[in-house]
Amino acid sequence: MGTRKYTILPVTRVEGHGKVTIHMNEANEVTEARLHIVEFRGFERFILGRPYWEVPVIVQRLCGICPVSHHLAAAKAMDRIVGGEDLTPTAEKMRRLMHYGQMFQSHALHFFHLSSPDLLFGTDGTALSAFDAPPEMRNILAVAGKFPELAVQGVMMRKYGQEVIKATAGKKIHGTGAIPGGINKNLSIEERDFLLKDIDKMIEWSKSAVKIAKDFTLGHVEELLPFGSFDSNHLSLVRKSDGALDLYDGVLRAVDKDGNRIVDDVDYQRYLEVVSEEVRSWSYMKFPFIKKLGHEQGWYRVGPLARLNTASFIPTPLAENERKEFKAVTNGKPNNVTMCYHWARMIELLHSIEMIQELLHDSDLQGTDLVTSGPRREETVGVLEAPRGTLFHHYRVDKNDAVVMANLIVSTTNNNEPMNQAVKRVAKDHFTGKSNITENLLNRIEVAIRAYDPCLSCATHALGKMPLVVELYDAGNSLLDSKIRE
Amino acid sequence: MTKNKQTLTITIDGKKIAVEEGITILKAAEKAGIYIPHLCAYKDLIPHGSCRVCSVRVNGRIQASCVQTVSEGMVIESDTAELLEYRRMIVDMLFVEGNHFCMFCEKSGHCELQAMAYRFGITAPQFPYLNPNRDIDLSHPDVFLDHNRCILCGRCVRTSQELDHKNVFQFVNRGHKKRLEVNAKGLAETDLNVTDSVVNACPVGALMKKRVGYEVPIGNRPFDHASIGSEIEKTEGERK
Ligand code: SF4
Ligand code: NI
Repeated sequence: MGTRKYTILPVTRVEGHGKVTIHMNEANEVTEARLHIVEFRGFERFILGRPYWEVPVIVQRLCGICPVSHHLAAAKAMDRIVGGEDLTPTAEKMRRLMHYGQMFQSHALHFFHLSSPDLLFGTDGTALSAFDAPPEMRNILAVAGKFPELAVQGVMMRKYGQEVIKATAGKKIHGTGAIPGGINKNLSIEERDFLLKDIDKMIEWSKSAVKIAKDFTLGHVEELLPFGSFDSNHLSLVRKSDGALDLYDGVLRAVDKDGNRIVDDVDYQRYLEVVSEEVRSWSYMKFPFIKKLGHEQGWYRVGPLARLNTASFIPTPLAENERKEFKAVTNGKPNNVTMCYHWARMIELLHSIEMIQELLHDSDLQGTDLVTSGPRREETVGVLEAPRGTLFHHYRVDKNDAVVMANLIVSTTNNNEPMNQAVKRVAKDHFTGKSNITENLLNRIEVAIRAYDPCLSCATHALGKMPLVVELYDAGNSLLDSKIRE
Repeated sequence: MTKNKQTLTITIDGKKIAVEEGITILKAAEKAGIYIPHLCAYKDLIPHGSCRVCSVRVNGRIQASCVQTVSEGMVIESDTAELLEYRRMIVDMLFVEGNHFCMFCEKSGHCELQAMAYRFGITAPQFPYLNPNRDIDLSHPDVFLDHNRCILCGRCVRTSQELDHKNVFQFVNRGHKKRLEVNAKGLAETDLNVTDSVVNACPVGALMKKRVGYEVPIGNRPFDHASIGSEIEKTEGERK
């Protein structure tokens, strides 16, 4: 019986802000650019010694934006502790419904609140370039002023996702739905009918969101193709049997920039055989990579773009049609364009709402067989595809039910090297020869990072702004300029 | 040889009630459909008078209603601004003295301390958190004791002795060093059994049955719809 300090978590204020440092040589060329994210690493220690069934609820404190992803990843892990990983149909479908609800609200939030100003004032001809809209236009209020209907849709879609979460987890944030081996409630007929009421509208709006992202992308191809782009590997879960896009469960698959499968059909219980994390002196956040390729070649992207690159198809008709159009742009090869995350994200938004619709019509959700168990285990891994990418939860639990080891690799950490690459590319393309940071340059850095939708600070995220500090250093390592975007 | 119990008259918050002699103010009030908030009083255990939440004014003097027995003509004040403030402060202090995180505690919605805070309209404590360093005893196969959430009400100590006829728990030290201990190296070494009454005696999430946390969905938990004490008050309504 050890002594555990039980302190209040500053986790809702985690990861205060992102900082970018750009380094120049004598000739004023960019030699290095780095994104520093202050990652909160105290969490694993915090759950040590706690009983395992608390973990799916506690881990939600990690994040104010995607608590459901952590809730479900931990629950999936704890299923195996109680030998209950073969969930009853009701339990698995309730959890999926919760997960698609989270995906839907998270993608809607990101699109309408964070990226729509970039996208809309680019497509609409207001700005000559996708990045040159003046600062006063680059916010959600400007969008609401010019496109009031769209702003309302954004709010309503997010709300819809939250209602799905409430119906499955008991509360819009920090609910308790998933428990080790199952779920604590089913979906009542009233809850189902309430959600069905608006489903057609949600599908229509999701289709138009895909169209906005697609039109923006195709309308600015020249400018977007190189912007913050680079070749990379891509990793995600895919459905075990057929490689379909599956956000809740599956096997690990990774493809290289040309689409060759470098990891395939790997049970995520063995993730440590596939993935390793590199520590770099200048960063608190680790850099994951595919072991067999080494840390120089093995880093990979996760999230919507990566998933459309790894998955063989999307198992819902509307999103699958959109996926085909998306793939046609790169002739079926992986898409390595940073700015294509937005389009991919909206295709997933559509897929999520299609899945919600399908599930709502499934009477298994009214089943009463909620929990299952089997032979006990002591070590376990839970993985799912969170809105921002693959999320790993790994635990060991002793015979007294206490958590004795926890290791989490969150989506944003998986995308650490890719975000650094994006920043480097933008810096090299746009900062060479500059000695100060203009508004426009700051925008570009911000737009590139935002494509990955990092969880830099959940609190400020929700307000629609990512606080960002950009610092420019000369060859002698003295600071030339520094700008803060709150 | 049974002595016939006499009936006495007392006044609680201006309401005259007939009560049977020998019972405590708390019980008398309860029978009359008046809820006096309390934490350490539990079932028919010998009253402890330690939490002081049930404090009332008896003929002008502050007393613990769970300990004090009734006498003829007593004038009792319970529902006053002063006493409410006093109770609020006590509940508030119980929160900051321990490590209570309602947002992820499995006792949420079942917890009397949390329910009382809601009833009193406490949203955030006015005192600074002490963040004490306390441990959790998970050694027993079916029951655990999380000292982080213990409010030292003694319900477990008395329930184990009086109802289970065991002696699993005891208090050690005094004042702010007072703490609950099990009469062995850990719960696993005591004769505690998961079917003992004590397993359901804790008002907070300190002494709990294992592996059942969060099984009741939000919305169906005891305090999701009914506030603490409303059972007692509802009875009164029905009597009217
Ligand atoms: S464990 Fe529970 S019942 Fe026992 S003293 Fe602590 S709070 Fe009271
Ligand atoms: Ni997050």
